[in-house]
Amino acid sequence: MTAGHATPTEPAPPVVEVLSATKTFADGTKALAPVDLSIRDGEFLTLIGPSGCGKSTLLKLVANLIEPTDGRLVWWRGGFDQVGEAGKKLAFVFQDATLMPWSRIEANVRLPLDLAGVPKSVSAPKVADALKRVGLDGFGDRYPRQLSGGMRMRVSIARALVTDPNLLLMDEPFGALDEFTRNKLDADLLALWWERKLTSVFVTHSIYEAVFLSTRVAVMAARPGRIFKVMEIDEPMPRDESFRESARFADLCRQLSAWLADASLPQRSSAMDPDA
Amino acid sequence: MKPLIESDRFVRVGAPLLIGALLLGVWEYACRHWAVPVYLFPKPSDIYGSLAKDWYPLLGALYVTMKVTFQAFFFAVLLGTLIAFMFVQSRFIEISFFPYAVLLQVTPIVAIAPLIIILVKNTQVALTVCATLVALFPMISNTTIGLRSVDQGLQNLFRMNKANRTATLLRLRIPSALPYFFAGLRISSGLALIGAVVAEFVAGTGGRSSGLAYEILQAGFQLDIPRMFAALLLIAVAGILMFVLMAGLSKLALGGWHESEITAET
Repeated sequence: MTAGHATPTEPAPPVVEVLSATKTFADGTKALAPVDLSIRDGEFLTLIGPSGCGKSTLLKLVANLIEPTDGRLVWWRGGFDQVGEAGKKLAFVFQDATLMPWSRIEANVRLPLDLAGVPKSVSAPKVADALKRVGLDGFGDRYPRQLSGGMRMRVSIARALVTDPNLLLMDEPFGALDEFTRNKLDADLLALWWERKLTSVFVTHSIYEAVFLSTRVAVMAARPGRIFKVMEIDEPMPRDESFRESARFADLCRQLSAWLADASLPQRSSAMDPDA
Repeated sequence: MKPLIESDRFVRVGAPLLIGALLLGVWEYACRHWAVPVYLFPKPSDIYGSLAKDWYPLLGALYVTMKVTFQAFFFAVLLGTLIAFMFVQSRFIEISFFPYAVLLQVTPIVAIAPLIIILVKNTQVALTVCATLVALFPMISNTTIGLRSVDQGLQNLFRMNKANRTATLLRLRIPSALPYFFAGLRISSGLALIGAVVAEFVAGTGGRSSGLAYEILQAGFQLDIPRMFAALLLIAVAGILMFVLMAGLSKLALGGWHESEITAET
């Protein structure tokens, strides 16, 4: 809840800047009111909010999967076209694992490299390394259907890591998993993030997940989608399971929960959110 | 090791065979019991006798019919797939041409076969054209649906990785379409045979055919009913073999990953 960084020295340049971006869909739905957001280098930013608050839309804007209706975005101080030239890479992890069912795990993870024309001799060790990082050593020759939901999500993350991205975007990646698997994957994801200092933006419904993972949480409100409040979580890294059981964790969750309740107050009530 | 009677494979093959044998037995017995004349309804043993006696001309006729069937099937798959690719390339092409594909499908082949047989001099070619027309539509519609039913998430993934058209086609669209394509193959192979036989019937009445349908017609004229049944049996067996062949191909191609070809692992 404390504001600002632990060491407020010279700030690194922002990775992505969202400048008064709005999004109105073709059917007239206002998904995002003007949003201003700056994604800092090396942070783990989580977007949380009730259904329909535009958190996925905001993430897709950052990924350039959709374009803003108004306003603009800046990637590493440039346009999206210059991302590749600047040697920067984005990776996106979808809500579902979105694996190709006809390809073995290895080939699924290798896909981004294949599409970039990387020869197999170069990509093979990278694939093996990515699989090892997500704890799926030795599963390379399986088909996706032979893996559990949690393992498929791990494959999806391995596929995102294999390109050595500079920005990792995750859209409720563990939403469909059971609590136990989700906690395990959260812990592993955090370890990966810490190891690489990989700037990450994460979308979730879960307050616990947000508090456990993030260095910063943006609470969003719905109709129209906007950023309501931002919480800095300066709990030191690396965090482990003991953080989950600490009084501080409970405090942060309570605070975030209260904000989420406020976020859904002024406009039409949205009591649909199971976590709020 | 489970007892033989409980093993899945034994039941799958054994049970239908048992039913078949039982039915044949009842058929044979009933015909003998009521002394049904052979020109009204032959016994299984009569049919077998006819098959044993006339196997040479019957197999010759089978060869003629199967040649038409396979040629028609080949062209249906080739044309159907090409047309499906065209449909997927542009919505405009699909909207403009799809009604005509449907028209082709709903026009009874018996009605247009005489016309085609008159127009096309070579009987073999005329028959192939008829059978192709019958078998074409399932290939077009199935492959089109298949090429369109690409997972939205995977499509986004390919776009994010700046995949070009060729890569998207080869790595995403075609694999996604395969299950639909193979379902189309199964329907189309059966229809090719039916189309070939129907066309032969039409051509046969004009005395310009030598396939199994012609055999059936001739046997009918000569009241050689066992031979008629024998020819019918060959058509049925050929149809089943085509189906089994297509099912095998499908399993070969999709067995590793697609739900339809996976046996439960419990």
